[in-house]
Amino acid sequence: MALTHTRGSEAERSASLPDAVPEAVPDRPVAHSAVVAGLEPVAPTDAEAPSAVRTRRWTARPLGVGVVGLWLSVIVLLPLAALAATSLEGGAGGFVAAVSEPGARAALWVTVWVSAVVAVLNAVMGTLIAWVLVRDEFPGKRVVNALIDLPFALPTIVASIVLLSLYGPSSPVGIHLNATQPGLLVALAFVTLPFVVRSVQPVLLELDRDVEEAAASLGASNRTTFRRVVLPTLAPAILGGAGLAFARAIGEYGSVVLIGGNIPKKTQVASQYIQQQVETDQPVNAAAVSVVLLLIAFATLFVLRWAAGRGRAREVSS
Amino acid sequence: MITVSGARKSYGDFTALDDVSLEIPPGSLTALLGPSGSGKSTLLRAIAGLETLDSGRVAIAGVDVTGLPPQKRGIGFVFQHYAAFKHMTVRDNVAFGLTIRRKPKAQVRAKVDELLEIVGLEGFQHRYPSQLSGGQRQRMALARALAVDPEVLLLDEPFGALDAKVRADLRRWLRRLHDEVHVTTVLVTHDQEEALDVADRIAVLNKGGIEQVGNPVDLYDRPANDFVMSFLGSVARLGGLLVRPHDIELSRDRAAAVAADRSVPGSPGVIDAVVERVVRLGFEVRVELRAHTGERFAAQLTRAEADALALRPGDEVHARARQTQDVLEVDPALAI
Repeated sequence: MALTHTRGSEAERSASLPDAVPEAVPDRPVAHSAVVAGLEPVAPTDAEAPSAVRTRRWTARPLGVGVVGLWLSVIVLLPLAALAATSLEGGAGGFVAAVSEPGARAALWVTVWVSAVVAVLNAVMGTLIAWVLVRDEFPGKRVVNALIDLPFALPTIVASIVLLSLYGPSSPVGIHLNATQPGLLVALAFVTLPFVVRSVQPVLLELDRDVEEAAASLGASNRTTFRRVVLPTLAPAILGGAGLAFARAIGEYGSVVLIGGNIPKKTQVASQYIQQQVETDQPVNAAAVSVVLLLIAFATLFVLRWAAGRGRAREVSS
Repeated sequence: MITVSGARKSYGDFTALDDVSLEIPPGSLTALLGPSGSGKSTLLRAIAGLETLDSGRVAIAGVDVTGLPPQKRGIGFVFQHYAAFKHMTVRDNVAFGLTIRRKPKAQVRAKVDELLEIVGLEGFQHRYPSQLSGGQRQRMALARALAVDPEVLLLDEPFGALDAKVRADLRRWLRRLHDEVHVTTVLVTHDQEEALDVADRIAVLNKGGIEQVGNPVDLYDRPANDFVMSFLGSVARLGGLLVRPHDIELSRDRAAAVAADRSVPGSPGVIDAVVERVVRLGFEVRVELRAHTGERFAAQLTRAEADALALRPGDEVHARARQTQDVLEVDPALAI
């Protein structure tokens, strides 16, 4: 990773400026995250290294490629192909009919809408939590930090029971979210909490304080500094975290199964609709909605990769 | 003009600044020179407002800025590790201070073009900082700091992250830039060569206090104490006195050495020594010696002198000081 951008930096080295002589790797601590590490200039002495890397890449052992290809086929590609085939058993018309059934459309709409709100909510709250965990000192900080991962570790059905006992019909706090869309929202926000926090935290840790001080010395208020200097640096991490949270939320089943109430056209999410179709022996409907979910997840990941690639292209010489 | 008076700052038990007062004349290029932990960076950051003093006052151009945040002090600050805004192009980096002041676009453009030309980065305006070398990044940072027309320019070890060759080129370039721009500049460095090379005034700091302030020649020739003497240039200890290695004369003829030594006031006398090692460093030759008392010291000779003496390890020579400096000893452990 660090080697790939040495080639591009050769052009400017020929400039007739005082420092045309290449510099050594700066004596800064080595960054942990790959993206951040890529920002530092690299000693030009290894200018021939990229070609070496490329040669090695092309001569990757055929056995390794074969094993990986087989494994991915068995685990990922074949099941997906089978799913797509099932969804098209009734032809293209059957697929469209299955997807445009009112129950299917409503379930997909609720899923996407609630997941999008959850993603936005996560982007804001996750960034705030990461900020507090990195920049502020308070008693119990380590406990809070450990707590963030709990929704990951907890079986999602347990999350659903917890939320049901707190916000269900016999709520001790008098808040009843059982079988409502806000109930879905809370459940999905709970299970997707770590994504943004854990993607923003390392970037924030690597963020140099002197960049903020530089902005201050140039006359920028704290708000301007945050908006124009800090936020753009965090943006790829926030976007990445929110995207993963969204992708996770659209497929979520366990955490919404109890508190959601599974009311068709109201709180029934796509995964519940799919299960219902399977149980009523309509596999084509189930497969068709599954394919749509798959496409949405795929599109999300694609957009994320594109955005991340654009961010990197700016920060690493091309 | 910067005036610091009675500045104190401590972090817990560590005293970074202990009652420091300093006056920096307008238009000068002053170096704050000292070892790490001497308080030089803290002093610079206190002038910038990036550090708040426990007590004491800072005035810039006659205005007391002690209570003001860095935004309102009229400063330009350059950091050791560039502090580039990595998501902005070179142009946007340099323009930052002007854009946030909502200056007219044409005016910003003209100013940025002018600055990019001064720092030699014209043609690089559309690049991102990661596409620049370290030296170019630092010149971009300098242009960015100059864009807001600061009252004073503050540089915190600006060349510390660069390698030796780039560093030497860049500081000469900074000197020329200062001669063109004339903004009052304060440079923090731990490198005495750098201070001697660029600054027209040097303040030597040690343990949170200022040891001596003056122009480079005065500090080198008339150091106030042994700390300043040993920090600015190298020193040898000859017969218990501190001497510059290039002021040590070696001779094979003891009688001649004794005769020549009579005219040197405060001389430590002629020291008999054995050559341990002869190191050729380009045009100069360092001779490492051991006196008969067991004391080790090094003399610095020109090539011609060394060739005339034809010294080899094990040779017996007689060393004397051409001149001595009457320095106040504050720390006997310093001279090596």
